[in-house]
Amino acid sequence: MNETPILQSVADIIRDVLDDPALAIGIDTTADQTEGWDSFNHINIVVAIEQKFGIKFKTAEIESLRNVGELVDLIGQKLKLKS
Amino acid sequence: MSMFNLYWLPEDPNWNGLLRAVSAAPSWPDLVRLAGTRVDMLKTNRLDKVLRRSFANPPDGLRSKPVSLAVLSSSTVDHLLPAIRVGALRRNLWLDIFTGDYGQYLQELLDEASALYRAAPDTILFAFDAQHLFGSADPGITLPEADALIDQTAERVSNLWRLAKDRLGCHIIQQTILPVFPMLAGSNEHRLGGSPANLVTQMNQRFRRMADEAGIDLLAIDSMAAQSGIAPWYDPMLWHKAKQEISPIAAPAYGDLVGRLLAARRGMSFKCLVLDLDNTLWGGVIGDDGLDGIKLGQGSALGEAHVAFQRYCRDLSRRGIILAVCSKNDDANARAPFEAHPEMILRLSDIACFVANWDDKPGNIRSIAERLNIGLDALAFADDNPFERAIVRRELSMVAVPELPEDPALYAGCIADAGYFETVRITGEDFERGRQYQANLQREQARDSSTDMAGYLSSLDMTLVCMPFDPVGLPRIVQLINKTNQFNLTTRRYGEAEVRHLMEDPKAVTMQIRLTDKLGDNGMISVVIGRVDPENFLVIDTWLMSCRVLGRQVEQATMNVIANAALRRGLTRIKGEYVPTAKNGMVLEHYRKLGFRLTQDDPDGRTLWELDLSDYAPFSTFIAVNEGKSHE
Repeated sequence: MNETPILQSVADIIRDVLDDPALAIGIDTTADQTEGWDSFNHINIVVAIEQKFGIKFKTAEIESLRNVGELVDLIGQKLKLKS
Repeated sequence: MSMFNLYWLPEDPNWNGLLRAVSAAPSWPDLVRLAGTRVDMLKTNRLDKVLRRSFANPPDGLRSKPVSLAVLSSSTVDHLLPAIRVGALRRNLWLDIFTGDYGQYLQELLDEASALYRAAPDTILFAFDAQHLFGSADPGITLPEADALIDQTAERVSNLWRLAKDRLGCHIIQQTILPVFPMLAGSNEHRLGGSPANLVTQMNQRFRRMADEAGIDLLAIDSMAAQSGIAPWYDPMLWHKAKQEISPIAAPAYGDLVGRLLAARRGMSFKCLVLDLDNTLWGGVIGDDGLDGIKLGQGSALGEAHVAFQRYCRDLSRRGIILAVCSKNDDANARAPFEAHPEMILRLSDIACFVANWDDKPGNIRSIAERLNIGLDALAFADDNPFERAIVRRELSMVAVPELPEDPALYAGCIADAGYFETVRITGEDFERGRQYQANLQREQARDSSTDMAGYLSSLDMTLVCMPFDPVGLPRIVQLINKTNQFNLTTRRYGEAEVRHLMEDPKAVTMQIRLTDKLGDNGMISVVIGRVDPENFLVIDTWLMSCRVLGRQVEQATMNVIANAALRRGLTRIKGEYVPTAKNGMVLEHYRKLGFRLTQDDPDGRTLWELDLSDYAPFSTFIAVNEGKSHE
């Protein structure tokens, strides 16, 4: 899976969790600038992504992420390791 | 198969579209239907948002009173609340949840001015995490010290239960402790008294004993984790990050567990399992493969799996679940294995209603419900054939139809995981019920073949045994009060404490009524509660009866007993009341049939009735009446 479909899936999950179907999400999107993306929803987003891609993040990995782009990169790396 | 993804619920490919539609045009039945499809954490949360937006207040005409639930916890539970609401929705319950600040439950319980008291919950769920109870235990303590620690913890918890019961009059659900601690010693962890893992095991055992003594219910997530593995329930990373002891992944299953407990307490569990035959109870098709050809029992793994499923069904029937058969088959073919196959576990005598023909299954299932005198929403239908499942779901959305896994080895686990038959009270009558329904069908058949109804009834040698409420009958009385829906004049639900109170109230007239006949003891089949009002009326507050004994003059015989009870107290007038619900239309004319006069007819359908006993002529019936004293 290359990066574009990963970004699309991640964006769908974020829209679902935040219940905002029209939310624009790109690689520069951050939690801080996105309405509703609080610590509670953050956990739901992370857990839903883990379930969707069948991967598991480490505590340290999650804490180091700065934006959606880095999240997508991390998912890509984990998927490569899996295959 | 792990229960955390609700695999027994069917997936709906058009889920998003349905959610949009119900969001645009809110409808409670449509929301219930959506909750009955397979939903993960995200869908659960989205459904909950629509639910709360559409029904901030309970809709009209609900089958059961709205539930006010307080969740008092020692860690984060906010992420579980949507799933609890959806779990209740799935059981047709509207639920309002109060949560205190986590860790503040004791203060809230002690302070009668707290938000908890303002919320006035009818049920409290205590959810204590393992860390909170035993996280700081010292593994170095001796076994007697560990026992003392369990005693202390038990004492603390039962004090909370008492506070909640005495001050708030709540029903209580105690969550058992999730076994999250890693082992220190291993398989023989119990020899290390103070190990947190051992303390959790010990405390969970203690909870079971305490719960039965205190009359509260357990939410046994420890058992669920034991079956499905701790992994989907508990994620240590989320614990450290957010103090979520139960992972959001497991939230839908957790919510469903809470929902089924609440439903069971309100008498809304399923009562009957309707079984398909070919490829469900045995492998192959009896009409094609014949007695020798079907796969059942030793000789094949598949045959063994079907035997195991039959055994599970039989065990369900032994504990009070009614079994029925609904099969597309020639009747004689369908019955042949029950009569002649040596490996069959289920016998015809285990099946309360046997329907094998070529008609459509929804129609047959409807007639099964009618013949058993139970509502369609008390039926679960197990069929390996996706086509039959789909048509039954489409035609009869109130019937539960599990998505049986393809392998029959997994059938029993699927029925168990679905939790249809969740039961909080086990009474002696439960063990008798299957036999009673069977005997009922014999009676029914006798009636079919006999045009002489009077002769049939008189041949039954019926005796009505009527006694005041007493402690021996209490569990069954409470059970009947809380689960009888159809023959129930007022559908007032009373808990154990309220019924106990009635036993001591000199103004109350209580009756527990059993019916015996030559085919067997039907058990307790009717409950009557009367009160003497200031104008010296005997007011019938509650009159309910099990539909198993309809058409046998029990109502008339009971009326005679009520009249006698009134006259013995010098009361000459009786007041009756009918409060309509979605289910009790069958007793709309009950009091008229018994000679009462209509005195009030409210716009909402409630009616009041009076009967003057000064010229009361007892009904003549074929039932002998035996008015006994209570068990002392």
